[in-house]
Amino acid sequence: MPAVSKGDGMRGLAVFISDIRNCKSKEAEIKRINKELANIRSKFKGDKALDGYSKKKYVCKLLFIFLLGHDIDFGHMEAVNLLSSNKYTEKQIGYLFISVLVNSNSELIRLINNAIKNDLSSRNPTFMCLALHCIANVGSREMAEAFASEIPRILVAGDTMDSVKQSAALCLLRLYKTSPDLVLMGEWTSRVVHLLNDQHMGVVTAAISLITCLSQKNPDEFKTCVSLAVSRLSRIVSSASTDLQDYTYYFVPAPWLSCKLLRLLQCYPPPEDGAVKGRLVECLETILNKAQEPPKSKKVQHSNAKNAILFEAISLIIHYDSEPNLLVRACNQLGQFLQHRETNLRYLALESMCTLASSEFSHEAVKTHIETVINALKTERDVSVRQRAADLLYAMCDRSNAKQIVAEMLSYLETADYSIREEMVLKVAILAEKYAVDYSWYVDTILNLIRIAGDYVSEEVWYRVIQIVINRDDVQGYAAKTVFEALQAPACHENMVKVGGYILGEFGNLIAGDPRSSPLVQFNLLHSKFHLCSVPTRALLLSAYIKFINLFPETKATIQEVLRCDSQIRNSDVELQQRAVEYLKLSSIASTDVLATVLEEMPPFPERESSILAKLKKKKGPGAVSVTELEDSKREGGELNGGGDRGQDTATMAASNASTPSPSADLLGIRSTAPLGAAPASAGSLLVDVFSEAGPTAPSAAVNDDGFLSSAPPSEDPAPPLSEADDLLNKFVCKNNGVLFENQLLQIGIKSEYRQNLGRMYLFYGNKTSVQFASFTTTVSCPGELQSQLNVQTKPVEPLVEGGAQIQQVLNIECLTDFSDAPLLNIKFRYGGALQNLTLKLPVTINKFFQPTEMTSHDFFQRWKQLSQPQQEAQKIFKANNSMDTEVLKAKLLGLGTALLDNVDPNPENYVCAGVIQTKSQQVGCLLRLEPNAQAQVQHTDSPERVSHNYSSIPNFLHYLSPYSVNI
Amino acid sequence: MQFMLLFSRQGKLRLQKWYVPLCDKEKKKITRELVQTVLARKPKMCSFLEWRDLKIVYKRYASLYFCCAIEDQDNELITLEIIHRYVELLDKYFGSVCELDIIFNFEKAYFILDEFLLGGEAQETSKKNVLKAIEQADLLQENIDFQMRLFAGVMVPNMVSESSGLFQN
Repeated sequence: MPAVSKGDGMRGLAVFISDIRNCKSKEAEIKRINKELANIRSKFKGDKALDGYSKKKYVCKLLFIFLLGHDIDFGHMEAVNLLSSNKYTEKQIGYLFISVLVNSNSELIRLINNAIKNDLSSRNPTFMCLALHCIANVGSREMAEAFASEIPRILVAGDTMDSVKQSAALCLLRLYKTSPDLVLMGEWTSRVVHLLNDQHMGVVTAAISLITCLSQKNPDEFKTCVSLAVSRLSRIVSSASTDLQDYTYYFVPAPWLSCKLLRLLQCYPPPEDGAVKGRLVECLETILNKAQEPPKSKKVQHSNAKNAILFEAISLIIHYDSEPNLLVRACNQLGQFLQHRETNLRYLALESMCTLASSEFSHEAVKTHIETVINALKTERDVSVRQRAADLLYAMCDRSNAKQIVAEMLSYLETADYSIREEMVLKVAILAEKYAVDYSWYVDTILNLIRIAGDYVSEEVWYRVIQIVINRDDVQGYAAKTVFEALQAPACHENMVKVGGYILGEFGNLIAGDPRSSPLVQFNLLHSKFHLCSVPTRALLLSAYIKFINLFPETKATIQEVLRCDSQIRNSDVELQQRAVEYLKLSSIASTDVLATVLEEMPPFPERESSILAKLKKKKGPGAVSVTELEDSKREGGELNGGGDRGQDTATMAASNASTPSPSADLLGIRSTAPLGAAPASAGSLLVDVFSEAGPTAPSAAVNDDGFLSSAPPSEDPAPPLSEADDLLNKFVCKNNGVLFENQLLQIGIKSEYRQNLGRMYLFYGNKTSVQFASFTTTVSCPGELQSQLNVQTKPVEPLVEGGAQIQQVLNIECLTDFSDAPLLNIKFRYGGALQNLTLKLPVTINKFFQPTEMTSHDFFQRWKQLSQPQQEAQKIFKANNSMDTEVLKAKLLGLGTALLDNVDPNPENYVCAGVIQTKSQQVGCLLRLEPNAQAQVQHTDSPERVSHNYSSIPNFLHYLSPYSVNI
Repeated sequence: MQFMLLFSRQGKLRLQKWYVPLCDKEKKKITRELVQTVLARKPKMCSFLEWRDLKIVYKRYASLYFCCAIEDQDNELITLEIIHRYVELLDKYFGSVCELDIIFNFEKAYFILDEFLLGGEAQETSKKNVLKAIEQADLLQENIDFQMRLFAGVMVPNMVSESSGLFQN
């Protein structure tokens, strides 16, 4: 029994709970509950007014019944009555009931809000806290509407008690999370930041959660928190374990606050102020040092609290990714944890190392732990830890260790838990493709994958191996031979039969010279599997057979006989029957020429994003490996698929690429050089199609390159921007990634991301030749008035770019105010002694700083009408280039950065969008309406803005919109 | 933190606290799924697991499992100590707390939690300050019903596990 029952107990409640616990069956329990519900209902309905105590007791019983999992449909009114009781415990139970049971759309909300209002203005701190807890627990929009402006006042008022401040801070956080639009920044914001300096540690602990969340959304307004957080952290880190009294937890000073401070700092780049940065680095070093000190207590709580801070510090170090010394120390520390006896620490170390592996400073250091990680994969008893080990192996994989890692993952697959097999298979397939130096290894790996875990090999994986074999003629013979051997196994997986059927049907001729794999032997081998296979596989095999007839006329009679037999030609499956009938007919009436044309070898597949990568992204499995990271590391590897090269240039080039990594790295799978030889890819996903716009436009640039190369004046001055640069630039209005430029020497890929008024752009310079580029320099400049409008910072790149290599440059961009010109990128390098000089416009346009905004139809048109002055409005009528496809248009408008608002415009044909352009100096609301006119193929665009300034650039980008919002 | 669940070894839910808006049906589904997942894990296994797009941090105290769902960027170890601090608070308040205390005084367990965590974030980490707030509230109430102590008549025997102190294991 409970040793103590403090406070004011309710005997009736205790009896009821005991009764329920004594019930022998579910039925008995339900019976008892129904009896109680009937009793309570009659009490509530009865003539006799209930006293507060009884009301409290019954409400509490209802709550208990609800928490048991039963529905409660009455009692809400009584609970609301309790809110206005003067007795604390009654009020408290009332609030608890409301917090647990009232959903936001209840009609009682008005009454509840009234009671809360009274308590907030009562100046009784205990009541105020109860009311604030209730708001924080319910957090509904109605409550936000009622209190979002009141709570900041309570939070920063000078006479508010500490405990109330704590509740107010977290209450505001909850409201901000549910209804950010209702919590308006104001003069209170700067005072909130200063709560970091509060004397009361509890106030700081509560306030910092709020500040962190607000900083993420409004980094500039809260910038001052960085130096305050650093000095607070520094004081805690350097304090003795007893200094902070009750805020010291098992000899660790203020672990929660420390973690939150370190977390807050992760919302910002490293401090610019040297002194602040120095102090912070000192803190981080101290935290790392403390990890080496002997523990002050044997209790697990001590080490957990200490390590929680350590892991958070390491996260910050990784986030900065700029202090090689700290990164390597972090890596060493995690390395120690990899062999720690605490499973929790091993798990976290593996997880944290995954992110370290992607930093250029620590990648090598992480790699030194490969044996430990492989061992973890083999010996950990907990599947979630093994999963982390597999993730880390994936993250640390590069060209140097790919063979070892892939081999280990393959052997682990034989015994791997079912829950993670599919993901493992995808990862092995991706690594094998990414780091394949010779394709026979790649083919071996995938066939092994099918052999070991055939059930988990998804279609994407076996499609991919076929795509690659088709596109690379240097591996076709090997693939045919290997797949032929694999099919010899008495029991082989159906996926193997599919791959085998496809590859032998295409390239069986390459091994037919060997009598052991003569055409007939190949056919018999395939056909021996036929009867065990499912319908789709059989259909594939039938196609392979007809290809055999073309490749090897000597098999014609045998195969025709097979096609002719009843089990084929009269098969109950329509697809099989049709194929059998048609193939039979085709083989009997067509001349060899016709047959050869119809059954020609498959053309190379157009190169797109690897379908496997897309699949892994979709799964986005528990992965410490984020998708971006994956793509980032993708650039290290050349790509296997020669599709792009082959169509355009010569087969010899593709062949020579076979042994050296392809020079043009595949950014997000978008290639500017569309495979001209291949049929244009048809219906892909919308997203891909929007992006792959680069395909059709780029060749024109590529054609001009020749001229550029010969005519570029070898001068030291920046070359004037290419004339077609504007076209190139416009390509990027609605997208952030792709190939910016490409000629015979150089490919420049671009990847960018924007948040608020800040942006980060990654430029990838790929040397397409086999000769090194010397004196490679790049300069970014903001000509004319752009200098005061846009702030672009970058570091110089390495002056040497090896043949076939790719280097990366990061630009940090800050939008200070509206702008209309683009920054210029000048690139100079020496190629074989000749100076190359080229200038490009960087695709930074004002719409990149759009923040989408949702609003209702009513709001939208109200604001629209307010913006009636001529300088607030711009209208354009332009002709659509092609069809006005809804999905394409939508994708374009979203790509622009605005929110596309549904059900706003009464005319469903129209598109309306809203967004806020974030600049450092101000935020500009922008509304847009696009009215397609299908008959005339023209569209109107209106774009009023909310400010009185003349934002000249908005009409400008509407202009961009016209050619590139495609087909408008 | 998105939510916290307390459940027994038999899978009975003892306390639930949700910091994100979800409908009842979804809450029940999550609870069922998680209780099953966590109970299936062996004692020496790691206290963290990935579940949907959240991280689950759990720890067993005697017969009770404490289970928190946190977001990707949240810190697992400090969450483990959030759980521990909550158990300490319960222990201090009830005096060697056991599962029965939480069953019979569930409202108190909620009140203590609200003082400690609000909106899923630590509000006050000092044990002294949290208990002070709760005890002040207890003092405020008017007529302490001493009869409450007389539970003996309604207690059921053979509840060994539920009445064993959480800190004993």
